[in-house]
Amino acid sequence: MTDPPGPVAPADRRPVARQGLSVGLATGAYGISFGALAVAAGFDVWQACALSLLMFTGGSQFAFVGIVASGGLAAAPSAIAASSMLGIRNGLYALELTHLLGVRGVRRLLAAHLTIDESTAVAVAQPDAPRARLGFWVAGLSVFVLWNLTTLAGALVGNAIGDPRTYGLDAAACAAFTALLWPRLRSRDAVAVAVLGGLVALLLSPALPPGIPVVVASLAALLALRAPRATANPDRAAA
Amino acid sequence: MNAWLAIAVATAIAFGTKVAGHLVPAGVLERPRVRRVTGALPVALLAALVVTQTATGAGGSLVVDARLAAVAVAAVALLLRAPFLLVVVLGALTAAVLRAAGFA
Repeated sequence: MTDPPGPVAPADRRPVARQGLSVGLATGAYGISFGALAVAAGFDVWQACALSLLMFTGGSQFAFVGIVASGGLAAAPSAIAASSMLGIRNGLYALELTHLLGVRGVRRLLAAHLTIDESTAVAVAQPDAPRARLGFWVAGLSVFVLWNLTTLAGALVGNAIGDPRTYGLDAAACAAFTALLWPRLRSRDAVAVAVLGGLVALLLSPALPPGIPVVVASLAALLALRAPRATANPDRAAA
Repeated sequence: MNAWLAIAVATAIAFGTKVAGHLVPAGVLERPRVRRVTGALPVALLAALVVTQTATGAGGSLVVDARLAAVAVAAVALLLRAPFLLVVVLGALTAAVLRAAGFA
């Protein structure tokens, strides 16, 4: 990569690079569970790898294979809808990253492909733009390389072990979704959205084909339109 | 739908969304109300996925089995700040052990 990381002092370079690499290692490791779950859902090893190479956004990938696992390829439209809606946040990250990164042409497309939770988190955590750029590329590239290698490993392991239920792979998917949801439940409003979303999906599941309840449950996000919880404001009360 | 076609469509949309964010000048999406809803989308979707993957069986009926125990164990592990991979492995182990023991 010839992209000049900008004028980052050599002494500052190492901590940023280390941060990016450790995020890459931590995230890359769970590509194993994705690969195993993808083949448990009925995809072959090539398809599991194609998803990691081309979609490259973990939450969307898990949603895509999870819905196909429960509804088969008949549920593919819902799987596409759910993975696409989960990917919307990457577009929002991109809005913030694009002026920070200042890239054009092919490199801009590469930056777009690497725009995910982890690369964004490392970039925006830096104190200045040059370090943000370095952090973005190190985290994005290391997650990309490891995520794809571990997806392949997971898919091969998943293929070798036969019935996924014996090893609890279906339950591993449940645990994975719980772990993806967990860090987002920081506010009371987020918990309310989660409870409503879960309830809608549960109530609709017996009546609709697999996957569709998940897509409909996304409407629970509209709860966030409510004005932020009004806190007691003595000034306003006085006025 | 053919598996490769589904993969092609889903990956094209995922990439297109990222590229759009890098190309489209910031405008409508920066409005706070729109941002709040798009920010809440993953929460609603992931919660729905947790519930449907854990508690439904064939035909979408409500089922209580080893998966529910697996999610409970995962939640405890998350409370204790376990890393992602450990949470997933503990979830799988819980279900595998319960099934091997003939409980669920």
